[in-house]
Amino acid sequence: MISPLAKAKSPQALRESIKTTERTRTFVEAVREATDEEMGLDPNVVLFGLDVDDPKAIQGTTQGLVEKYGAERVFGTPLSEDAMTGAAIGMALAGLRPIHVHIRMDFLLLAVNQLLNVAAKSRYTYGGRVNVPLVVRAMIGKSWGQGAQHSQGLHSFFMHVPGIKVVAPSTPYDAKGCLTAAIRDDDPVLYVEHRLLHFQKGPVPTESYTVEPGKARIAVAGDDVTIVGISYMQVEALRAAKYLEDVGIRAEVIDPIWLNPLDTDTIAESVRRTGRLLVVDTGWTNCGAAAEIVSRVAERLQGERAFRFKRMGFAPTTCPTTPGLEDLFYPNARTVAAAARDLVEGRACNWLPTERADLRSIEFKGPF
Amino acid sequence: MHARLFRSLYRIRRVEEEVARVYATDKIKSPVHLSIGQEAVSVGVCDALRADDVVFGTYRGHALYLAKGGDMNAMVAELYGKVTGCTRGKGGSMHLIDTECGVMGTSAVVGTTIANAAGYAYSLKLRRSDAVVVCFFGDGATEEGVFAETLNFAVLKRLPLLFVCENNGYAIHTSQAKRQGLPDICARARAYGMPAERLDGNDVLTLRDKAESAIAKLRAGEGPQFIEATTYRWREHVGPGADYHLGYREKSECAPWEENDAVRVLAEQIPTEQRAVIEAAVEREITTAFEFAETSPFPHPSELMTDIFTEDANDFAACQS
Repeated sequence: MISPLAKAKSPQALRESIKTTERTRTFVEAVREATDEEMGLDPNVVLFGLDVDDPKAIQGTTQGLVEKYGAERVFGTPLSEDAMTGAAIGMALAGLRPIHVHIRMDFLLLAVNQLLNVAAKSRYTYGGRVNVPLVVRAMIGKSWGQGAQHSQGLHSFFMHVPGIKVVAPSTPYDAKGCLTAAIRDDDPVLYVEHRLLHFQKGPVPTESYTVEPGKARIAVAGDDVTIVGISYMQVEALRAAKYLEDVGIRAEVIDPIWLNPLDTDTIAESVRRTGRLLVVDTGWTNCGAAAEIVSRVAERLQGERAFRFKRMGFAPTTCPTTPGLEDLFYPNARTVAAAARDLVEGRACNWLPTERADLRSIEFKGPF
Repeated sequence: MHARLFRSLYRIRRVEEEVARVYATDKIKSPVHLSIGQEAVSVGVCDALRADDVVFGTYRGHALYLAKGGDMNAMVAELYGKVTGCTRGKGGSMHLIDTECGVMGTSAVVGTTIANAAGYAYSLKLRRSDAVVVCFFGDGATEEGVFAETLNFAVLKRLPLLFVCENNGYAIHTSQAKRQGLPDICARARAYGMPAERLDGNDVLTLRDKAESAIAKLRAGEGPQFIEATTYRWREHVGPGADYHLGYREKSECAPWEENDAVRVLAEQIPTEQRAVIEAAVEREITTAFEFAETSPFPHPSELMTDIFTEDANDFAACQS
């Protein structure tokens, strides 16, 4: 689906649409701020999930909200992902705007029936007589031995089924704007947040604003290769662009932001210029989001523009916990840069940039 | 009240008999799970409800939809796949809805709507409404995890939610005894902390009384209530016919239920002339509904891609609040 919103602005205009602001906030603060603002504006917004009201408050993203809005609008739940997702849908059918939080995305698998059989399908099944304005926040874990069941990016499952929007912001600016848009949206939205992004800081305007569905953002302009980085992999893609500068390659880095509806226009337009596409996902490549993005660009450009492409994502295995193997499981800035250079050169260069201290990955100190 | 209950029972029985009769023509484009024999459960409970109360049900939902006030024309048209159906032909028999009269949804996946009902009840409580929610499900649904999860949540939050287990003894072709280690479903409900009562699902008058009292407790804020209504499915799991030839149950098992048929028992309590008037009116309604379905158009091809998201058709955005 091509969003009409995506057509409305040129990539250049989109780049400039990020308002300049002196105010810096973390991703966590941005999520909390959007929730607070929307709960203040609309009494129908309710927030719940396992541990949203505990002292850690979901990494701080729900801090202070129970005190401000009361235990009826902000509450911790029993360990019942299936029923609580079903209840969220029932609340939405009754006109509330529930935000259901999962501190680990892996637990969404316990709620897939409700999310895909009910939330995504209700509006259509009932001939447009109901809406399900539900937001599901789901966190992806990574590093420090998160292991098999605390590391998965399952967003592609939800991209597969029509009727549920999927958004995976990577900056604090988008964290606030996308969450505000998601809460105001009359359709179910899966809001994917990566644990490592919670540490990121960036400009976040004081005022309320939305980053609407179906708009990608060109984060760095370039002519040699298009790198699309999904969720946390946007950070690695930006670092990769720096490594590529050292060998004279100018990468265009695109953050798709919304995965459904997906802004194919912006990505395809970029590939039309660069002729090379590298999509880096925080998920497996098999049947994944990266495969979908590559396919859409190929469909769009076939017969008009040949291009080289590659998908990167989790190694096709279960996430190990031991550090050496865990590092190999994930793409990183250096392996992304190496793959991008191979695409540009059209051959295997066997190049891996020497690690630069200023481009080191976030050092995470556990436990969560 | 007797006449009202009889009318509702007779109306459901007769329209489903017509559905079964027409089914062979292949004009009905939806798998049907008939409620014939089970009508009294929906009728007894729904008669005690107000228009602004809300029900959630199952894929065997014709009786509930009609008992709660659903439009018969829209239901039959829905079975035909016509645009005039209650979901514009997109949901079919298993996904009936009528937001105007509080039929908020039925689901093909067993147990699914139990949790949706709890969420709706939470919203009513949050808004200090005295409306209530009734959730209908079968004995099979009590085996789903969502049943246990929802009972716990409903008690925890003292939700205005009446659980009605319509126990017809079978899940598809497997008897309750082959599926449940503890047959006492009410005992499970009590274990979660709510009052529960097992009732004869053919006894529409007692059902109505008990439902009325349970609903009064919900409105008084006493928290969730549970009714198990025993009943029996006269027809096959899905489709218009009988299935005793399959050998998983004996015809003799149905005999006591037929002898104690709620429709006939109540009919005998209505004066003959009054009954004839009711029956004639229902027959006219059914004839009209099938004519309406036959003559209604199918959805325009463009409807394939509408209502996926709200951006497609904001015209239909209004839902109960």
